[in-house]
Amino acid sequence: MPLIDLANPTRFLALSHRLLPWFAAATAAAFASGIYLAVSAPDDYQQGATVKIMFVHVPAAWLAMGCWTVMTIAALGTLVWRHPLADVAARAAAPLGAAFTAMCLITGMLWGRPMWGTYWVWDGRLTSVLVLFLMYLGVLALWRTVEDPSRAARAAAVLTLVGAINLPIIKFSVDWWATLHQPASVLRLGGPTIHSSLLTPLLVMALAFLLLFVTLHLAAMRNEIMRRRVRTMLMLQAEAAGH
Amino acid sequence: MTALAALFVRDLKLSVRLGGGALMGVLFFLIVVTLMPFAIGPDLALLARIGPAILWLGALLASLLALDRLIASDYEDGSLDLILMAPAPLELALAAKAIAHWLTTGLPLVIAAPLLGFLLNLDPAATGAVALTLLAGTPALTFIGLIGAALTVALRRGGLLIAVLVLPLTVPVLIFGVAASNAAIVGPLPFGTPFTILCALALMSAVVGPFAAAAALRHGLE
Amino acid sequence: MNLGPYANFILSAYGAAALIVIAMVAWVAIDHRRQARALAELEARGVTRRAEQRQGGTTSGAAS
Repeated sequence: MPLIDLANPTRFLALSHRLLPWFAAATAAAFASGIYLAVSAPDDYQQGATVKIMFVHVPAAWLAMGCWTVMTIAALGTLVWRHPLADVAARAAAPLGAAFTAMCLITGMLWGRPMWGTYWVWDGRLTSVLVLFLMYLGVLALWRTVEDPSRAARAAAVLTLVGAINLPIIKFSVDWWATLHQPASVLRLGGPTIHSSLLTPLLVMALAFLLLFVTLHLAAMRNEIMRRRVRTMLMLQAEAAGH
Repeated sequence: MTALAALFVRDLKLSVRLGGGALMGVLFFLIVVTLMPFAIGPDLALLARIGPAILWLGALLASLLALDRLIASDYEDGSLDLILMAPAPLELALAAKAIAHWLTTGLPLVIAAPLLGFLLNLDPAATGAVALTLLAGTPALTFIGLIGAALTVALRRGGLLIAVLVLPLTVPVLIFGVAASNAAIVGPLPFGTPFTILCALALMSAVVGPFAAAAALRHGLE
Repeated sequence: MNLGPYANFILSAYGAAALIVIAMVAWVAIDHRRQARALAELEARGVTRRAEQRQGGTTSGAAS
């Protein structure tokens, strides 16, 4: 698939139209097997069945960070190459990223209640995901406030890049702050020490979430291109009516 | 260099003469600190313990107040176009503006902080630590705020959006500012560790802020 | 399948995740339908985009 095909919005529409059903089918298949594996996975000796929450919580957390990465790459495309498709990709990724971040927070809280005895603990991981969520909302607010789409794209791109520089710093400072105020938490959400019987379902679920994101992102990008066409046509019509 | 100096002096003069932005910020700071005991009770021991956090939060909110005028007033009267067309690099011009802005809004907060420390039952050492961390931290807040001001310059209701965009980015400054103040008062950490990181954050934002703000202005106003 | 004493939390975590996924899919689908309808409506009214207009000449009358 030559990249040049993707560069043109019309070609992108045609290509994504052909690809979307395949991605949707793959997503459904991956979720079916992922959920089957998650249900049949053995209980953790320490956490019991609650470890099953990990199979949605951790992939959502990965995607929450992955969406910002996609937006960062798109932001470079917007600012450096001035590519309209990069604008569209960034705009389509922002609400999806916010949704996955919200999913990570909600499932994390529901996991925390049985494990910690409370829905919210100011633990390093949860807190930095909360800040990430606030930053997604900031980007969304900026997209909604600036009227002209290409100007909004460039403003959002600057904010995304500043966020990409700041996110590791925020993560570092929140971790530092969390260890300052409390001993290491009882439960390390999605820590690296996972038994292999739990790792396979986790990876399959992660693949399912990734496919879901790709499918939704492609579809949202198509919507965004169409929205821009409608906008251009309406403006041309208004211009013609003015003559 | 003379152009930048002229811009710097002009911004200083404008903010001193027009509207008294510096005093408004300090007044807001005073009001926020006064409201705190009404919310949490007049327990002097508790106030002394969370005093640094109150002062830092008050200063953070007060420094947000004036941000929407930082670039927007130049945009409205057209002088921003001159700055954009001037031979002096936009990044340096914005840095000069930010420094002038800090001198007239950030520095008064640093000076007012020790006085407000009395209200919160802070001992002299704690007050000094808070003032020192604010001296290092408020420039970082101004430079981060510069990005928000540049992003929202052409928007009619930019003020609230600036706060939404800027506040998440100030989390590290707040963490290390309060942590350094607390380290000086109760320990157990040495004051130097968080304070050095705070200084590093300030220096980094002094580099990132003008560049990001210049990019936002160049792309946003063409 | 035995979910133990915390079955409620496990099921509601999965339920919340499913709700968010459904919301995202619905948002994309509804948005698609809305944009497609707007495009079809505009095309039916004979409005064209800039790219096509340029081929057909630069008179503004072509777009009205």
